[in-house]
Amino acid sequence: MEPRARSPTTALSNPADDAWQIGGTRLHSRFLLGTAGYPSPQVLSDAIVAARTQVVTVGLKRTLAASGDNGFIAIVRQALKTTGARLLPNTAGCRTAREAVQLAHMARELYDTPWIKLEVVGDEHTLQPDPFELLAGATQLVRDGFTVLPYCTDDLVLCRRLLDAGCPLLMPWGAPIGSGQGLLNPFALRTLRERLPEATLIVDAGIGAPSHAAQALELGFDAVLLNSAVAQSREPVAMAKAFRLAVEAGRQAWRAGVMAPQDFAVASTPVGGEPVLLGDAP
Amino acid sequence: MNPGNVINLMLDGRPHAVPAGTTLAELVLSLRHEPDAVSTARNGLFMARSLRERCVLQDGDAVVLFRPIVGG
Repeated sequence: MEPRARSPTTALSNPADDAWQIGGTRLHSRFLLGTAGYPSPQVLSDAIVAARTQVVTVGLKRTLAASGDNGFIAIVRQALKTTGARLLPNTAGCRTAREAVQLAHMARELYDTPWIKLEVVGDEHTLQPDPFELLAGATQLVRDGFTVLPYCTDDLVLCRRLLDAGCPLLMPWGAPIGSGQGLLNPFALRTLRERLPEATLIVDAGIGAPSHAAQALELGFDAVLLNSAVAQSREPVAMAKAFRLAVEAGRQAWRAGVMAPQDFAVASTPVGGEPVLLGDAP
Repeated sequence: MNPGNVINLMLDGRPHAVPAGTTLAELVLSLRHEPDAVSTARNGLFMARSLRERCVLQDGDAVVLFRPIVGG
């Protein structure tokens, strides 16, 4: 598969030439980072800096159900002032479009952003998105003026419908949330890239190792969103840096054009067809 | 509190009594939340901050308050 738009070689060393967009906002980092599950607010703050992310995800919770957050949200806001990153609230925990739409409105008010990561879960075991409720919710939220980033499955037809509904990009899963299994269905992801060449695609969920992130970018995905792989590592700040480097490597590889695999060997050393040692051994 | 002047709400899924005529804005304040620090829903529908003053709660209303948390 060829890259959609291969840039001149001279541009490869200049990240400024490789910006992408969410709803008209230009971004250079292709690493979106979740904020949950870190061992301390300071570690989270340091991880945001180490990741050089420009988008961090946050959530909402009922006040009575939520005990004190130990200053996590305050330090997220502080880190954003320092780094210039933007907030992406989610609708985690919603099971219906109606619920998700209401929660999105609350998120817009609390976080003062029209961006919403739309999550509508349809299965409790896998936390798989419900495609029907997701599409209904996305349709309504686009009408309400939101920039809807849908967390979806890798189903091509669903993805087309979400784009038709006005979502500016798609966020298909690589594997179930928090599973760390990587890209379970590369065929489906490749198919999305091939069939939706103009769409902005982000792998969201399931990424466990930096190599998974690099693979997503090598497939031509525009970015990755992950949380647990960094937060649950032994050293989240170091892991945030590792993911940043992997994302950059994967993107560079995509732009440079990954060679096509083949089923037979091709000698890389150009020794020609002659035997190395002439004549038979005595 | 005179029971006749009291209405019963479900607040975040738990029973909660307030004086009749209480507005949503007054409820938020009575719970010691900064108005900007929470978002509100009444009977499953988002109730914008700007509408809380005019929102007089009724007996049996279900009110939910949300606040920011970390998330993925």
